[in-house]
Amino acid sequence: MTEKPKLGVYICHCGINIAATVDVEEVTEYAQSLPNVVVARNYSYMCSDPGQLLIKNDIKEHGLNRVVVASCSPRMHEPTFRKALQEVGLNPYYLEMANIREQGSWVHEDREAATAKAKTLVAAAVAKVRLLEPLTSREVDAEPAALVIGAGIAGIQAALDIADAGFKVYLVEKSPSVGGRMAQLDKTFPTLDCSACILTPKMVDAANHPNIELLAYSEVEEVGGFVGNFDVKVRKKARYVDVSKCTGCGDCAKECRLANRFPNEFDEGLGKRSAIYLPFPQAVPAKYTIDPEKCLFLTRGRCGKSPKCVDACRAEAIDFEQKDEIVTFKVGAIVVATGFDVFDPAKKPEYGYTDYPNVITGLEMERLVSASGPTGGDIVVHNGEEEITPKEIAFIQCVGSRDQSVGNEYCSRVCCMYTAKQAHLIKDKIPDATVKVYYMDVRAFGKGFEEFYDRVRREGIRYVRGNPSEIFKRGNKLVVKVEDTLTATPLEDEFDLVVLAVGLEPRSDDRKIIDLLRLSQSPDRFFLEAHPKLRPVDTASDGVFLAGCCQGPKDIPDTVAQAKGAAASALIPLARGKVAIDAQVAEVIEDTCRGCGFCVSICPYTAIELVTINRMGHSVEVARVNEALCKGCGSCSAGCLSNSIQPRSFRDRQILPQIAALGGIR
Amino acid sequence: MRGMKMTTENQTFAEKFDLLGCIQCGRCTGGCPVTVRTNLNVRRFVYDAYNEDLLDELSRMAEIWDCTGCHTCAVRCPKGLKPLEVLIGLRSLVVESGKTQPTVRDALESTFMEGNPWEKPRATRGDWMEGLDVKIAQPDQSVENLFFVCCTIAYDPRVKIVAQNMVRLLEKAGVDYAFLGEDESCCGSEVFTLGEDGLFEMIVEDNTELLNEYQAKRIVALSPHCFTTFKTHYPDLNKPVLHYTQLLAELLEQEKLVFKNGLAKKIVFHDPCYLGKQSGVFDEPRRLLKAIEGVELVEFNRARERSLCCEGGGGKMWVESESKIERLAETRIKDARALEADIVAVACPFCVLTLEDAVKALGYEEEMRVAEIMELLGELDGAQDKSNSA
Repeated sequence: MTEKPKLGVYICHCGINIAATVDVEEVTEYAQSLPNVVVARNYSYMCSDPGQLLIKNDIKEHGLNRVVVASCSPRMHEPTFRKALQEVGLNPYYLEMANIREQGSWVHEDREAATAKAKTLVAAAVAKVRLLEPLTSREVDAEPAALVIGAGIAGIQAALDIADAGFKVYLVEKSPSVGGRMAQLDKTFPTLDCSACILTPKMVDAANHPNIELLAYSEVEEVGGFVGNFDVKVRKKARYVDVSKCTGCGDCAKECRLANRFPNEFDEGLGKRSAIYLPFPQAVPAKYTIDPEKCLFLTRGRCGKSPKCVDACRAEAIDFEQKDEIVTFKVGAIVVATGFDVFDPAKKPEYGYTDYPNVITGLEMERLVSASGPTGGDIVVHNGEEEITPKEIAFIQCVGSRDQSVGNEYCSRVCCMYTAKQAHLIKDKIPDATVKVYYMDVRAFGKGFEEFYDRVRREGIRYVRGNPSEIFKRGNKLVVKVEDTLTATPLEDEFDLVVLAVGLEPRSDDRKIIDLLRLSQSPDRFFLEAHPKLRPVDTASDGVFLAGCCQGPKDIPDTVAQAKGAAASALIPLARGKVAIDAQVAEVIEDTCRGCGFCVSICPYTAIELVTINRMGHSVEVARVNEALCKGCGSCSAGCLSNSIQPRSFRDRQILPQIAALGGIR
Repeated sequence: MRGMKMTTENQTFAEKFDLLGCIQCGRCTGGCPVTVRTNLNVRRFVYDAYNEDLLDELSRMAEIWDCTGCHTCAVRCPKGLKPLEVLIGLRSLVVESGKTQPTVRDALESTFMEGNPWEKPRATRGDWMEGLDVKIAQPDQSVENLFFVCCTIAYDPRVKIVAQNMVRLLEKAGVDYAFLGEDESCCGSEVFTLGEDGLFEMIVEDNTELLNEYQAKRIVALSPHCFTTFKTHYPDLNKPVLHYTQLLAELLEQEKLVFKNGLAKKIVFHDPCYLGKQSGVFDEPRRLLKAIEGVELVEFNRARERSLCCEGGGGKMWVESESKIERLAETRIKDARALEADIVAVACPFCVLTLEDAVKALGYEEEMRVAEIMELLGELDGAQDKSNSA
């Protein structure tokens, strides 16, 4: 370091957040006494415009070359103050923050002790800031394309927005058709528009968009690289049907030897499909798929003399020789829209879901009431003895939601309203039916929800406040054992049909996506956003964004809004064409690195690899950091046996004096 | 320490039972089996007990003694509360004040003095072994399975056959076992539900010390009440606890359990609350019954997690119910009758007593019988001496 350090120290009151507990005047006086400190000041809000101006003026006036801000955690305002330094021509990395709020005033009550601690934290920051070096952040080109994982309404919407902005989108969907859960729904609350009618045009748009490459029946297998430059590998699973030839006529499925033998996933098992199938009539792409686990020819090697689907297909599209295909491509950003599972009520055996065919889930009710469903929209159920049109129908709220006993503490946010909607639809189709909704709280928080709830109650849907405890059978009736909590009356009410308003759960196959993209989960096991309020679609992995129910339960409007948000965020690196790479990353001293590879195995971000270099005529291996992947966490440095890898701004010679100062050693 | 409450004694009623965690959803009362015949509404107690001024009044309400300790309310609670323990907490207030029913007082006193609630002398706890060569555990001898008999099985002439047949079966199967004999003392299950905190704490300490002394791999309890009490209220026990049906299912799998004869009967199994709902043991007793040749095993509509309580637990052996409405045991026996079952099989001494009373009350003695699984297994080997069980 050539020039003598000239420090400015700025102590923030943060209103009363800091000042009420820490004597900021005393800390300022103390800071003034520290070596190399030219000026020390305190101010009500350092992060405000006048606060920043104070710092900028001092830099200009006193020729400061180092700045310490004693305020909050650097998480929020380090970028603010770095920018202030930069604006007056000082290297932005000549800044150190002392966190006297989260680590001081907020966690202490004793003013004297909190003030003493604040002084120590300031002294430590002063000790370090003198030793900081100027750093420059770099930029690299961003690939002008995006990957969207999952093609439900969230994925479709995000893909359409990115594609409409003029960028290439790879839309990957695991199942044979796009559409996701929304395609299974009958009407949508509270407006009662037909779900398929508003969704299918978007499905078709996504498939036909010139900028969207739809990879249906495909799974992402590998993701490497970093924001702006992700390398993606996708497995296109063999459909055993040549999609370029298949006309979607359906002759194959009709002729299949195992025609209509398997529960149709789309109809929640209420309908049947063949071994070769189209998940639902409006499926996109409208191409048939052979289920490799069910098809006789694929499982046993023969299907009569010759497979009937082959005989039936006039387009000669069946191809048992088809193999999985691997597709690789590069993208600049990724949107995760993998959706949810519905709660499996078998986990609450007291409701008898696995015992009684007339205890069904809300999603099964959607298929039952849908004109495109297995009954053509007729509400008929089997009561164990015969098919009936149910006349006494109960809905049970919060099945698998708000329930610690099944590990789901959260509210699923959609069940109250889909119940109200289904109750309305039942009343519409079976006017003389008695419909009761057993609830503990009705949460009608969205636009038009409370109004819809009001309407449904006035249509004669009876809301009973009490969450049922048990269902058993008496004769051919289901008995719901429940307390009406408003009158404190224990009841045993009898019904023909009970609909369990099952909640939403993280997908059972989420682990794969978590490992692939290094995502985190919140305590509810849904994917964790970078900040619950201010970065709701970002993740801790730069360039990876969340949309829809993979992040938490939400209804369609919220899902679409979040998808649009994720698309807008993903578009930032694509539109800019560049991504900035932080300068505070690990650096290898190649002269002393022994190439042991310990750091490679420690690094949680797979940012380090071993490369061969020429060291005085010898080929030797040394560690090399991919600066775009490195987060500057320092794990490598802590593990390095020869002190050859250190994060910039956190080198031993920078942080050891800081630690010494914390211990009272100057 | 900054005014922090360091001990449980300093906890308020609301803190101890997490009353503020309750959302008044009603699943507790909704699931409570006795609501069909008593005025008990456990949700109301959880709600009202938050008001400390009401505690005295609440503790004087007769309903608090209607709880059978079946735990349905706790199993169903979405917020992890144990509503029944609020009732037990109220019972504690009564016990502390010394105003308990004489029957309860006597049971508690007997447990304190003699190690059993049945007012029997400690010295006769091993009388059930008469005529049998029973291996008695020694602290310095290691043993695989240390058996815990239960006060009711040890003293009640109707159910002591459970222990007797167990000895015969263990000998025949060559199982490494030992019984505690006269050293055994009440597990405290009923003391806990009757609300005698202090005595229960003492019992847990004494029993933990006693059981930890033995070099046994595991403890096998004959009663689900002892089994579940050990599992949930004995945190310092140094060995795992099994219910006997789990051990026998294990022997069955190892093909060490062979029955000489079959039994051509229609059997329905009644899940004891302490074994099923509370401890999740549903399959093992069924596996044992299915292994008997000729048995047709049928199921109650309300089976397993939805099993109907027989009203034998929760101290109900010492608190007579005022209700004139049909007992749940009778409902259960009527259901069994509708299934045309010859035998209602159970794996709990209390269930035997309550269900058998119901069979007698309903006059079904000719059509059906109630039997502990151990009774049935004994009969298969012709090992049972009828005079012994009477």
